[in-house]
Amino acid sequence: MNAFPQPFSALAAPLIRDNVDTDTIIPSREMRTTGRDGLADGMFAPWRYSDADARVENPDFVLNKAEHRSAKLLLAGANFGCGSSREHAVWALAEFGIRAIIAESFAPIFRANCVRNFILPITLPRSVVEGLSHETVTIDLDDQQIEHSGVFCPFEIDSEAKQMLAHGLDAIDLTLTQVSAIQDWLSADKPSRPWVYLEHSQ
Amino acid sequence: MMAKTLFEKIWDAHEVVRADGGSSLIAIDRVFLHERTGAAALNRMAEMGRTVLDPARVFAVMDHIVDTRIGRGDDTLMPGGSEFITDTRKACNDAGIRLFDVNDRDQGIVHIISGEQGVVLPGLTLVAPDSHTCTQGAFGALAWGIGSSEAEHAMVTSTLRLERPKTMQVRFEGALPFGVTAKDMILTLIAQYGAGGGAGHVVEFAGEAVKALEMEARMTLCNMATEFSAMTGIIAADAKTYAYLAGRPFAPPDFDDPYWQTLRSDHGAKFDREIVIDASTIAPMVSWGTSPEHTIPVNDTVPQGPDRAHEYMDLAAGAELAGTPLDAAFIGSCTNSRISDLRRAAQILEGRRIAPSISKALVVPGSLAVKRQAEAEGLDKIFEAAGFEWRMSGCSLCFYAGGEGFPEGSRTISSTNRNFEGRQGPGIRTHIASPETVAASAIAGAIADPREFAHEKEPAE
Repeated sequence: MNAFPQPFSALAAPLIRDNVDTDTIIPSREMRTTGRDGLADGMFAPWRYSDADARVENPDFVLNKAEHRSAKLLLAGANFGCGSSREHAVWALAEFGIRAIIAESFAPIFRANCVRNFILPITLPRSVVEGLSHETVTIDLDDQQIEHSGVFCPFEIDSEAKQMLAHGLDAIDLTLTQVSAIQDWLSADKPSRPWVYLEHSQ
Repeated sequence: MMAKTLFEKIWDAHEVVRADGGSSLIAIDRVFLHERTGAAALNRMAEMGRTVLDPARVFAVMDHIVDTRIGRGDDTLMPGGSEFITDTRKACNDAGIRLFDVNDRDQGIVHIISGEQGVVLPGLTLVAPDSHTCTQGAFGALAWGIGSSEAEHAMVTSTLRLERPKTMQVRFEGALPFGVTAKDMILTLIAQYGAGGGAGHVVEFAGEAVKALEMEARMTLCNMATEFSAMTGIIAADAKTYAYLAGRPFAPPDFDDPYWQTLRSDHGAKFDREIVIDASTIAPMVSWGTSPEHTIPVNDTVPQGPDRAHEYMDLAAGAELAGTPLDAAFIGSCTNSRISDLRRAAQILEGRRIAPSISKALVVPGSLAVKRQAEAEGLDKIFEAAGFEWRMSGCSLCFYAGGEGFPEGSRTISSTNRNFEGRQGPGIRTHIASPETVAASAIAGAIADPREFAHEKEPAE
């Protein structure tokens, strides 16, 4: 349903700063409901708007530039998505239309959240990321490589994450196919670690 | 048998299925939710027609946006905040999850009450949709933060699909000097090795200075493993761990089983990476910039960092950090709001007043149990006499949710974990430090060295 689109080709919007945190990607005050929707408007609010309350745009922010207003591919620096585990950061990016992020590195919770929401996180050296700024980049998930101006660059991705992204697989559905293995494990574990298994307290 | 690290022991014991390509299905023993991200997981689960596999092993608490003013209810100063509270309450009731509600006598910040209640235990896997879940690694558990989708996965299947992380040991050798705390230890590590320094690793904290820490300080140390970009932090379970947990409501009646003595890394166990820090060289640390890696000893000058950080914080390279005038002070958060934190801050504040230039100063206890204990010891009176407001427990102004805030443009000193741009409100400049540094700086009205405010020096050990 949400499989990473193939072929994928997009203009790369550069936001190459280190330690961009999820508070900046979606500030707590922009998380107004318990749902996953309606977050794109508040995405990067502190940088995207010169007055966030009035939604006055900051013309210098990359996603406010004419060519990047519907960006699908973001370029980032080191430790992108650090800080709060809030998946709202990824939901906001997905709702905005971001499908892939190429960064020097990602914070681990953010990276896992990307995969669960079918945004492809690609890690490449800083010099490569910088060379992609404002360029059209093609991503081949199957062959695990990106291409720009005829130059190819391979990337690493965990094989399970790759399968989930390529086929739009839901992790819970996948795990529910392994219920019997889980039940067997629990049955074997209970006698050896009884303290783990609590009586219902309500 | 091959020597194993504590992480390897827990991981291997929880591996339900090892998939091709390095991923595993790992059994999850405990899930802890809060109203900020938990409601989203519970709502989604209900929408998908899924149910919690074992509700007795799932817990929830109202801590993130719950009001901290005395006399609170479901209403919040944050616009729309009460929906998070009522949604979470309903979803927990529907799912049969034990909820520590707004005014439950055991309410508090998730990572603080988990230990108080004995929800976390050595050797367990515990996850929560909150990045500071690593705090609970202090108990010798594998505890880490996840997203809401993963929380749903953990509740529905009692497992998570995970890539095996690498292992790192950070050893703090020697003894901490007077006036230096676990907060200064973790800030030193992050300052020296970077906010991305722990990426891809589970970090075991070890060494003489770590063993010497009491449980509450160990929690402070593990709390900021996420600011180091580690999957989590962990500390071997020892006599202090079991003494702390004995008699807690959800803990087992005793820890006599020989299993409990195995929850430490074997002698000779190999780590993928090792770091050694001499604890005796650590000083009180204060952040100057907008990442926890922008942190220096309080008496150092500001180094050259990213232009944006200097601009946002209005601090130039070469400036003295100590003496920088402050507008506000905050003592609280899952990093530093336990009873020992409040005692140390109160000790500095006793008989003193915060500077007139400090327009807002809050103390927010980490749990209602901590609040009761502090009140029994008279700490609340010391804080109030010094000019701090005394609050109900919660996360409070560790982050700005759109309700209560610091006065516009404030420069704050805060016992929290994040000095990100805007973390405590738009334009608010945050300096993170230990509770005693916050207390000393509030008295001085400017960033100050807590060692100069100690009433009496402790005898040298």
